[in-house]
Parts: sequence; C-alpha cells; structure tokens
Amino acid sequence: MSDADRDAATAPTVTDRISEEVREGDAGLIALVMFGVYALFTIFVILGPSQGIGGIVAALQAITFWTALYAMLVLALNLHWGYTGLFNIGVAGFMAVGVYTFAALTAPTGGSPPGLGLPLWAGIVGGMAVAALAGALVALPALRLRADYLAIVTVAFSEIVRLSLLSTSLEEFTLFDGLAVVPDLTLGSGAGRGISMPINPTIPVKSLYYTNPMNPASGSRTVVGNTVLPAFASIGVRETVVVSMTYTLVLIGFVVLFYVLLRRIGNSPFGRVLKAIREDELVANSLGKDTRMFKVKVFMIGCALMGLGGILWETQRGFTDPTSTTFRPLQTFYIFIALIIGGAGSNTGSVIGGALFASLLFQGPLYVSRIFSKYIPTGDAPSTFAAALGPLGSLDVTPFLAYTLQNISSLRFVLVGVVLIVLMHRRPTGLLGHRKEVASSIDLLDREPRQKPETPTAADGGGRDD
Amino acid sequence: MTEDGTTVEGSGETATADRSDEAETEQAVDSGESARRELDAESASLVVEDLRKSFGGIDAVDGVSFSVERGSLTGLIGPNGAGKSTTFNLITGVHEPDAGRVAFEGETLTGMRTSSIANSGLVRTFQIARELEEMTVLENLMLSPRGQSGETLTNAVLPGLRGSVRDEERELRETVWETLELFEIDHLAEERAGNLSGGQRKLLELARALMLDPTMMLLDEPFAGVNPTLEEKLLDRIHELREEGLTFLLVEHDIDLIMEHCEHVIVMHQGQVLAEGPPAEIRSNDRVIDAYLGEDV
Repeated sequence: MSDADRDAATAPTVTDRISEEVREGDAGLIALVMFGVYALFTIFVILGPSQGIGGIVAALQAITFWTALYAMLVLALNLHWGYTGLFNIGVAGFMAVGVYTFAALTAPTGGSPPGLGLPLWAGIVGGMAVAALAGALVALPALRLRADYLAIVTVAFSEIVRLSLLSTSLEEFTLFDGLAVVPDLTLGSGAGRGISMPINPTIPVKSLYYTNPMNPASGSRTVVGNTVLPAFASIGVRETVVVSMTYTLVLIGFVVLFYVLLRRIGNSPFGRVLKAIREDELVANSLGKDTRMFKVKVFMIGCALMGLGGILWETQRGFTDPTSTTFRPLQTFYIFIALIIGGAGSNTGSVIGGALFASLLFQGPLYVSRIFSKYIPTGDAPSTFAAALGPLGSLDVTPFLAYTLQNISSLRFVLVGVVLIVLMHRRPTGLLGHRKEVASSIDLLDREPRQKPETPTAADGGGRDD
Repeated sequence: MTEDGTTVEGSGETATADRSDEAETEQAVDSGESARRELDAESASLVVEDLRKSFGGIDAVDGVSFSVERGSLTGLIGPNGAGKSTTFNLITGVHEPDAGRVAFEGETLTGMRTSSIANSGLVRTFQIARELEEMTVLENLMLSPRGQSGETLTNAVLPGLRGSVRDEERELRETVWETLELFEIDHLAEERAGNLSGGQRKLLELARALMLDPTMMLLDEPFAGVNPTLEEKLLDRIHELREEGLTFLLVEHDIDLIMEHCEHVIVMHQGQVLAEGPPAEIRSNDRVIDAYLGEDV
C-alpha cells in the first residue's frame, strides 16, 4: 500500500484514481446502488402510463439529476455536520445567497431587475465567494457559543435571506448612488417577480448542440447536435432529455469534485482536527489546536459548496423567485434526511443517502402514484379527507385511493417520517455512518520497513492483530 | 497568603480546629511562602499568583498562589471541592480568572488561549479521561504533535503540497508507534478510543499529551480508576520522564501516593492554599490533618 500511495502522490492520473476507487469498493458501491435504483424505476415506468425507451431514459435521467444535486449538497453538509459536528440548519439560506449573487452578477445590465452582465464563471466564483462570506458572517459570532446556538443562528439566517429576497425594498436598488468616483450600480432581487438568469450553467451544455444556445429554436444545430440528437431521437429520446442528460453529466463531474475535495480534507491532519472538534473541542484545544480557525475555515468552505450546489440546482431553469422550494427550510430538512440515511461522516454514505432520498423518497412516490392512477380514475377524487374516508364504511376504497394519489406529495412526509423512525431504531448511524474513515493522509498501520528488524516484537504486525 | 483566620472561620467543619495549633500552622505557611519566593527568583517553571475565580457567588478559587520548581514532581492535594480542578482550568485557559496571574517559564499565560498555552509546552490531562471516542488510538496520538503542516487547509488539499504532508505523516507515524510501544498499548492501535478500559484511557491520555513534546505536564488524577499494576507502570513512566527533565504537577486523592512520590506538596482547601512544603512537613501539619485528612479520608 505504501508504495502505491507514494506512486499516487507523485503521479496521480485520473484513470489511476478511478481504478483505485473501484478497487476500494466505494465507486462500486455507489454504482451498485444506482443500478438498483435504475432497475426499480425502469419497472415503475414500464408499469406506468408512459412507456417506451424514451420514457425510461427520461425517468432515469431525472433520477440521476436529482441524485447528483442532492449528493452535492449532502456532501457539503457532511463537511459541516458529519466531519466537524457543526449543526448548520440553514443550508437553504446559503444556497439562496449563492443563487442570487450569481443572478445579480450575470443578469444583463438592461434586464428587469438588472444585473452586472458578467460572464458565467464570474457568477459561479462570485456566488461561491459571497456564500462563503455569508458563512463567515454567521459563523464568527456563533461559533464561539455552544453548538445549539449555531443551529439557531443558521436557521434564522436562512429565513432572513428568504424573506429579504421577497421584500419589495430590495426589488431594485442602486449602489454607489451619487458617488462621483464609482459609477451607479443598479441591482435587484426582483422580489416576488423573481429574477431571470439567461446566462446559466446549461448554456455551455446547450452550445454543444445548438449554434444559439440562448434560444435553441432560433438557431441551428451544431455538428455534434446533428449527430447525437437524431441518434437519440431514433430510439425515442426527446431533444430536451438529451440536453438534460448532458447537464446531468456535468453535475456528476461536480459530485466527483466535491467528493475528492472532501476526502482530501478528511484524510489529512486538517481533517483529524475537525474530527477531534466533533468529538470534544476542549480536548482539541488542550492539545494545542486553535479550533476556532478550523471551524471558521470549514464553515466557509461548506457554505461555498452549498452556494455552488444552489447555483447548479436553481439556475438551470433560467429563472428563480424566493418562493422556490429550494430556498425553504424544508430543503435543509431534506438534505439532512439524506445525510442521516447515508450516514453522517461518510462521503460515500452522503452520495448514497442523496441517491436514495432523491429516488425513493423524493421521486418514488410520484412514479408509484402514476402507476396507480393508470388503473384508478383520480378525476373524481374527493376534495376532503372526510369525504375520502366516508365510503370506506361501505367497503368502497376507490375514493380513498384516489384521494391518496392526488395528495401523494403530502404523503411523502409520512414516508420520510417512517423512514426516519425505522432508521433511528435500527441503524442510528445511517447506512455507512459506522464506517471507520481514518483521518490521515497515509495508512497508519503501515510502518516503515526499516523498523521491523530493529524491534521485531513491536513490528509484529504493527498491532494489526487483536 | 491571607487564608489564616478567614479559612478557619469561613468553613463550618474546620471552625472547630484547635486554636492552639494556629501558631504552628502559621509557620508552615510562612516557610511555604518563603520557599515560593526563592523559586520565583530562580528555578520556578510555573508561577501562580493570587488566582481568583468565582462561579455565581461561590469562590471556587480564592487567592491561590504557588510555584512549581522546574524538573520537580509536585503534588496538589485537597478534599473534593477544594478548587484543584478549577485551578487547572484557570492555568490552562479553559476558564478566565477573575484576578491573578499565571506565568510559565517567564511567560504570562493569563489571557492566552487554551491552544496557545498547550503549544507553549504546558500540557494537561483531564480528571475524567476525555478520549476522542470515535477516533482510533492511532488517530488520537497523530492528532497531538505541534506544527503539523497538514493542518493548513491548502497543504491538506492541493495536489502539489500533499506529498510533503504525507512525508511528514510517515515520520510522525514512527514516533506514534514508538510512543504506543513505550506505553504498551500498541496492540490497541486500531481500536476506537471509546472502547478502551478506564486504565487504558489514562495511558492513552498520557501518551497523547506526551506527543505534544511538553516541558511541563498537569495531570488531573491520572490514577483514578487505574489498577495497581497499571498505576505502578504509569508512575514509572512519570519518573522516567522527570529524569528526562519534564516538570509535573499532579492532582491526586491518594495521599500516600503523593507523599511517597512527590518532593513538594501543595494542599488546597476551600479555594485557598492551606499549606505548602515537603511531604514530611505536610504530613505533620496539624491544620492539614484537621482540614483535609480529618474530614475526608
């Protein structure tokens, strides 16, 4: 292992790393979970109303899309809560900061509300930076207090952000008004009207297929578009699905980046201090670690990743407004559920938790309801719970089922609750939370060979036994 | 020191102390103080001056002054609630003193952060072993060493810099294994610290503190819950380290142990220093016997 480590350190190629990942089983484990989810949803689609390969591909693409988005945010939260024990329940707020900063930076100067008209990359970097700064702003006073206070401050922050964005006083405002040196800068949140983001991360993806990515209909296809799109169309996959698939691939790339970054942070002396802070901050302090700096740094990185996750999540629609569910506290709750399912502290668990939440809990009920609605007419579903229950007395279950199917998204909460209760009873650490991920950049059991001849008893397996 | 009359009056139980002993006590205290003054000038490693801390009206530490000679094994005893642990917390910056000053190797520690105090070479252990439970014994020890370059985020993450972090970690790994062998807990290397027995935790805690390469150690009841064999082992280790030049301040309930192993003993009672001096002197100090031995043992 030691030699392999050293080789990886000196010449780390992407293929090496991927093959190492597969060998160690984590990439394999994630692939296995995704395979299972795909198989299940293929069955759902076949049983449901929309059939054909096109329907299956669209469903699997949607599942992968949501999995990737949740995986990114769960990983970011894992850095806060799983690694360091920082109870951040304002994830949605930091996502909102990232998204709105991105929007303000990239929206055209003449738009309504206007932005700065900067390019895509500036929006992404700026969004991450401002989310990180917001994280520092929230964290600096709160991190000195006990953990519960951070929780209160973060959830309050996320609501303040959301409600501020709804406020009409921020709808459109001018910075540096009347200052001679700096030109006036008109910005705005758009308040309830929302803000449009014509420049967003899907544009580079679309430009792969269309000559005019801002408005595909008005331009023509590129060479790639002319080859790929008809090929997919011939098996019944729609153009929009192909574009979404490509965007999902980009998202998967970001998940890999998040994962590698977190693993590096975790498997290092830095990560060791984070782990010690999670376990007992006073001990970490007494061992000479200035934990406040570690906490602030890690909080800022996590918030930057949440901002990036928010940008990739929300801007792809080209429009957002503060009523979007992405910015509600509920979203934070979902991300926490996914992390709890996967197991706090484990990166692989975070990805798997994201996948299972996005597929089974988030999308699953919708697909199941579609299957049932094929057989049960929901058009005449009763509008109240009482009206749905009434006919049960006369053994007529159809109104009750129809009512249930119409309200399937509410039923999702019941499902989430049941899953949480079962998990807390059966596996409180989540699916992979029990795993030992050693906080070190090297294999601590692997000692230098020169030591062995000198002290034969000590080098006797280096404590591997017992 | 002003604890003479007030201490006796202030405590219900010791108020019965025989007044005729007071003259002797006075002497013992005085000799302790003069000893401290000498230490201040020359060979004191740790100097504590008039330290005070109250929690909600209770004076947990009420004007404590003492000093610890460099290279010595000094004992700090006193009944429960005498303020020993609070004194430790004040010295190590866990609590901020209301008044008073702590100096270590000529440097004022008062107002410094706990982490900076540890990095200055003054390292403590805890009364109830505080292990980083979810971390393995190896990780516990790897955490300690000072100035690890990999604790800087960029070094930990960026590909070009990570290589040197790995090299550093390899060297540390060797030291860690040597320490584990020294403490004879190398067979537990991979074990979660939370799974260790009470005695093993104490060993781990001492080993972990040693990885910081301290010049002085504050040990808060290092033998509590430790079986006699292990206790012997720990004491041997402490004496060895002392010969290598380390200074120890030891809080302990077992008076016989303190009297046997320490060359200087400080007795605390109700937040104040009751007496200070060599074991023989303390043993024959009536006030100590009344206040401490009489009621607690």
